[in-house]
Amino acid sequence: MTAPSPPALSVRGAAKRFGAVVALDGVDIQVRRGEVLALLGDNGAGKSTLIKCVSGVHRLDAGTVEMDGVPVDLGSPADARALGIETVYQDLALFDNLDPAANFYAGREMTTPRWLPRGLRLVRRRAMAEATVVVLRRLAVGVADLTTPVGLMSGGQRQAVAVARAAAFATNVVILDEPTAALGVRESRHVLDLIARLRAEGLAIIVVSHAMDHVMEMADRAVVLRRGRAVGELVPRPENKEQIVSLIVGGNG
Amino acid sequence: MASDATERDAHPNTASDGHGAAATFGASRMDWPAGYLPKGSTPAGGGSGSPLAGPRRDPGGLGLAALRVGPALMLLVVVLAAGALSPVFFTTRNLGNVLSQTAVIAILALAQLLVIVTRGIDLSVGSTLALSAVAGALVFGSMESGPLVILAMLATGAVVGAVNGGVLVWGRLPHPFIMTLAMLSIARGLALWLSGGQPISGMPEVVQRIGGGSIGWFPYSAFLVVGLALMTLLLTRAMVWGRWIFAVGGNPDAARRAAIPVKGVVVSVYVISGLAAGIAAVVNAGRLNGGSPTFGELAELDAIAAVVIGGASFHGGRGHVGNALVGALMIGVIRNAMNLLDVNAFLQPIVIGVVIVLAVELDVVRGLLEERLRILQAARS
Repeated sequence: MTAPSPPALSVRGAAKRFGAVVALDGVDIQVRRGEVLALLGDNGAGKSTLIKCVSGVHRLDAGTVEMDGVPVDLGSPADARALGIETVYQDLALFDNLDPAANFYAGREMTTPRWLPRGLRLVRRRAMAEATVVVLRRLAVGVADLTTPVGLMSGGQRQAVAVARAAAFATNVVILDEPTAALGVRESRHVLDLIARLRAEGLAIIVVSHAMDHVMEMADRAVVLRRGRAVGELVPRPENKEQIVSLIVGGNG
Repeated sequence: MASDATERDAHPNTASDGHGAAATFGASRMDWPAGYLPKGSTPAGGGSGSPLAGPRRDPGGLGLAALRVGPALMLLVVVLAAGALSPVFFTTRNLGNVLSQTAVIAILALAQLLVIVTRGIDLSVGSTLALSAVAGALVFGSMESGPLVILAMLATGAVVGAVNGGVLVWGRLPHPFIMTLAMLSIARGLALWLSGGQPISGMPEVVQRIGGGSIGWFPYSAFLVVGLALMTLLLTRAMVWGRWIFAVGGNPDAARRAAIPVKGVVVSVYVISGLAAGIAAVVNAGRLNGGSPTFGELAELDAIAAVVIGGASFHGGRGHVGNALVGALMIGVIRNAMNLLDVNAFLQPIVIGVVIVLAVELDVVRGLLEERLRILQAARS
């Protein structure tokens, strides 16, 4: 475990409560570049809260977040984005009425001229469409027609567009919340391949998943959360599947 | 207003393109419309047995194009029918009349479109129109300055719109229906109160010209509509703010997470709608040479009908500027034709109501067909 460089993302002592409910109670996690970290846990264990804090949707009550060893402030989704953290939410957060390029660039449009206030600038439609094609092609995501609103695409294609959007802009960390939950076997396969490709590109990846087989396959490391605490960390393998499950449900780990 | 948004332009990591030969996801081959290919790049991947198709004109695409102009085709049918039934319809005098009578609805509809795209509705525009006109007439009573009168009308509209949007967003009202329904009542009441319930006659020369003048048979107000439509088109098609309007309508939650200033966008469409009511007040007051608290009664419903006839969705995120204009013209032409044909005045609202249902029904069918065609297209490639 000698570390030549600090991890891409490191969360220490994360605490968050909603009223009387303690969602996170001093959780530590770290992810390195080229590594897939699985966050496991039953419903209400704190996985979603943790990733929402890292993606800027919630603010931690206590604890620190460091990126490459430097403390950062994640006060809003825009902060997280600016730091190269991209999140693929379980609901995908796609704009069903817009085409893939518009989905990619919503809120960060390529614009001109720069001297105008941002909202009044003109969008560089063509440039955005071209860049979108390049990313989709790099990730081998096939979309039949780039003018099709994503609402008319299949579940797998929508998932792929959402993952590709995150991959396009993430320079450090990609967070995926249940990326295969709504997909069939074949479509899950593609998403797993896609995640492997992101890892190969050197991104640090955090995945929340209930699909134990998928976790075994894609994750280099797994952290198990229970009632807001990290109760175990291990390398998921078929041999220790039982151990993981008992950690999740709270048996004798 | 755009302070929430990151100020830099983000660029995707397009550097490494080393995975071209990997299996494509979803569709079996990648097939970009020609316009989307980077200039000068030849379609890659031909060697891996997945040739990229060139520009493609298949029946599905043509079908989609035909569906898109559906409302315009409907208008054409109505216009031809009106011309066939009444010899007067196609006279330039009557056409000018239709355009000038439609101007108010069209101006309101353009703004209502933006509101409806954000999943909202503005029921207050008719009352706001009246309030603006009365305000303009009162200003004219004390100082005979054309620009000031116009400014008063526009400012009144914009302020009402800002109140609508502001209370809606920061008062966290559950639905714009409530705020703008309340404003429908408040603005009408204010207009009645300020005017003592009486029409106030007199408008500056320039306002009269905007509302009632014309170049040849083509009314100034129609030029105004064309200009406003082009501005709305620019906003929705080319400007960042306009894209945000559609993003907010498509998925407000995702828009928030994408750092789009959702509240600002929502407030802005109500300000625009109020401003449009002020502009419509200029036209209306100019045409009738005065301001009356009874102006614009039920105009909000005409505007909403025009937008709906034009195929916008109350679920937000969908609507076309051109089609909203077509919807406004449809209402104007039908009213005009029924007047020319001496149709009983009591029948007119019934006909308009039936047309609304018909148009939306056609749009529903159109939507289903479009979806079918899109899916077929996606599956085929």
